[in-house]
Amino acid sequence: MGPSDLAKPRGLAYLEHMKTLLTALMVASATLISAQSLPNVSVLKLDGSKTELNSLREEGKPMIVSFWATWCKPCINELNAMAELYDDLHEETGVTLVAVSIDDSRTSPKVGPFVAGQGWDYTVVLDPNSDLRRAMGVNNVPHTFLLNGAGEVVWQANKYVPGEEEVLVAEVRKLK
Amino acid sequence: MRRIAVIVALATAGSAAAQMGQTDALGGTLRAVVQMDAQLYVRDSVLDPAGDYYPDERALGQGWALFTYERGNLRMGLRYENYQNAILGFPTGYRGEGITYRYAQWQQGKFDITVGNFFEQFGQGLVFRAYEERGLGLDNAMDGSRIIARLPKGLTLKGVIGRQRVYFVNSDGILRGTDAEWALREAVPALDKMGLGVTLGASFVSKFQRGFDPLLNLPANVGSWAYRLGANYRGIDLKAEYAYKINDPNFDNGYIYKPGEAFVATATYSRKGLGVLGTIKRIDNFSFRSDRNAQQFDALVNFIPPTGNLHTYALPALYPYATQINGEMGYQFDVNYLIPKKTKLGGKYGTKLALSIAASQSIDRRPLEDGSFGDKGTQGYLSDALTWGEIPYFRDVNFGISRKFSSKYKSQLTAYRFVYNKSVLADGVNDYAILSAPDSDSVLVVPAVVWEQQFSLPRHQTLRTEFQWSGGEGFRGGLAMALAEWTVSEHWVLAVQNIYNYGHPSESRRIHYPLVSVVHFDGPTRVQLGYGRQQQGIFCVGGVCRVVPPSNGLSLSLTTQF
Repeated sequence: MGPSDLAKPRGLAYLEHMKTLLTALMVASATLISAQSLPNVSVLKLDGSKTELNSLREEGKPMIVSFWATWCKPCINELNAMAELYDDLHEETGVTLVAVSIDDSRTSPKVGPFVAGQGWDYTVVLDPNSDLRRAMGVNNVPHTFLLNGAGEVVWQANKYVPGEEEVLVAEVRKLK
Repeated sequence: MRRIAVIVALATAGSAAAQMGQTDALGGTLRAVVQMDAQLYVRDSVLDPAGDYYPDERALGQGWALFTYERGNLRMGLRYENYQNAILGFPTGYRGEGITYRYAQWQQGKFDITVGNFFEQFGQGLVFRAYEERGLGLDNAMDGSRIIARLPKGLTLKGVIGRQRVYFVNSDGILRGTDAEWALREAVPALDKMGLGVTLGASFVSKFQRGFDPLLNLPANVGSWAYRLGANYRGIDLKAEYAYKINDPNFDNGYIYKPGEAFVATATYSRKGLGVLGTIKRIDNFSFRSDRNAQQFDALVNFIPPTGNLHTYALPALYPYATQINGEMGYQFDVNYLIPKKTKLGGKYGTKLALSIAASQSIDRRPLEDGSFGDKGTQGYLSDALTWGEIPYFRDVNFGISRKFSSKYKSQLTAYRFVYNKSVLADGVNDYAILSAPDSDSVLVVPAVVWEQQFSLPRHQTLRTEFQWSGGEGFRGGLAMALAEWTVSEHWVLAVQNIYNYGHPSESRRIHYPLVSVVHFDGPTRVQLGYGRQQQGIFCVGGVCRVVPPSNGLSLSLTTQF
């Protein structure tokens, strides 16, 4: 049986599944009430050990989660801009910045040396199988989230334009 | 179409709320991501004189929406995809619509169980990697089940079984795989105290596909295994993986019976201000697909990372490199250095230097004792693992310097030198053909320079410019490019660019490729509208490439989430 023989029955089955699932989702989305927090997905630290985003957050303090990759120019511009502001902002507001690299096995070995060459002071973690990326609904990088002290997403941007770091800093200060 | 309209309506309603993920009365969270791309094509008699690439449909559009629902230990998701028809350059196998990805995942204590579709990777992916690159149309998700057990003392076990996605159906072959990884640090306190991290891992993956061939005795079961080692101590990191695959005659290797081997090792050193990387690699006959007759991106079981950088500036990106799965040897060496800030050389903000040297070459290939060379149904060839082959595939030496001069101005200059084997990388000629007629091998030397600047303007506006040039005789010839990108506000970006292919060997193709685009951002929503010419090229994401035909027209892209 070749692939074309399989196509028809499977396609029809998909449509049937889809109706049911979409109905279920619409019912679910109709009952939405408030924002939610970080998914329970593990990521890798640069030394190879596993961790979770929740455990990197300072209790009751805001957190910035920024998805990036070594091949993404705007991401690097954003993280460089944040690197200049981070120390002062962390001292002032207690905010933690975690840069989540979505580099895959091609480029993930480069992340450590690359970060060192940039001189960034915040935490960098790896999401090599894009598990966290999918769980947080990140399509393209850069994509940056700001979470409040309760771990709820209060601001996000799926791009970086120069100067945006100031908008983000203002948002962090609002949470103080 | 009605269905996608429902999804889009759902998505837009959701994106009105700036918050990501929404909770239902039961405490569950629903998230969604939506992406849509459409193109309206204009007939361009300069770019495409005969109209070969002009699509019959005139307008093409595609989109997808991914929904994820999470409650406690349960996660479920589905993705609906729609191609009416796929935009030019996308694999034509994407045709029609349907739910292509759905799963339920349960995590409790040590166990993590998934049924339905999933993505997974063992080690660096030499024997198994199910992944997606949506922008490229690459998706080899598994459809089956997966169990992960996270046991005490740093031991992680994984088991997978299922079939891989090939467009709207599943591949013919069944995949079974298992992986064990042991983080010694969690078992041996002394190592932890020393700060020494050691990880050992092993994987086994087997595919089953019935074989019917009048001449060849095709193996129905093909086993493949890999061992890996990782070590980490005070900024020094080592990773090595070796993989072996039994005889697996397939379309890629010309149906030869030679076993396959792959080896990749990387060492890095990082301390603040300095990063160094070295990689070596050898791949010998390591195409692994769950359907032995599959081609292109279809039914790939594994992923072999290409050595070399992933260039994102437009002109250097015209000379991309993808791993030659039938065999290659290569190395890479990178240094990143930050000249400290507030020094004479480093300036107020510091200056960043980056050097990268990468090369890939054919493996040693000699005829078998009986004189046959690469013939179907034989062992194919002899190869000495420590001898370099004669055919250069790719070399890339580049050096970049980046400096912020003031709060209002920064600049980056990068110079490149590529050695690009057009026969192998663009025309797909195999080693046997080149070795039998070495003069036919077309290898280009391409120098390139990119200068990027960024100026801060009053009222939080920014102007970013790029000037790019690439040379080279033959193939594409000389190209020059200018780009200006004006950030009007946090919500609007305007960009204008032009590429002039002034040095193309054929005079009729010495043309301009202008492109204008407007991007609007609003929280999680991004809408991009572009108009202009798209050059014929090779579009790559993550080291996998596809050919994009030339086109002219209006393109619209929308992405949002809630």
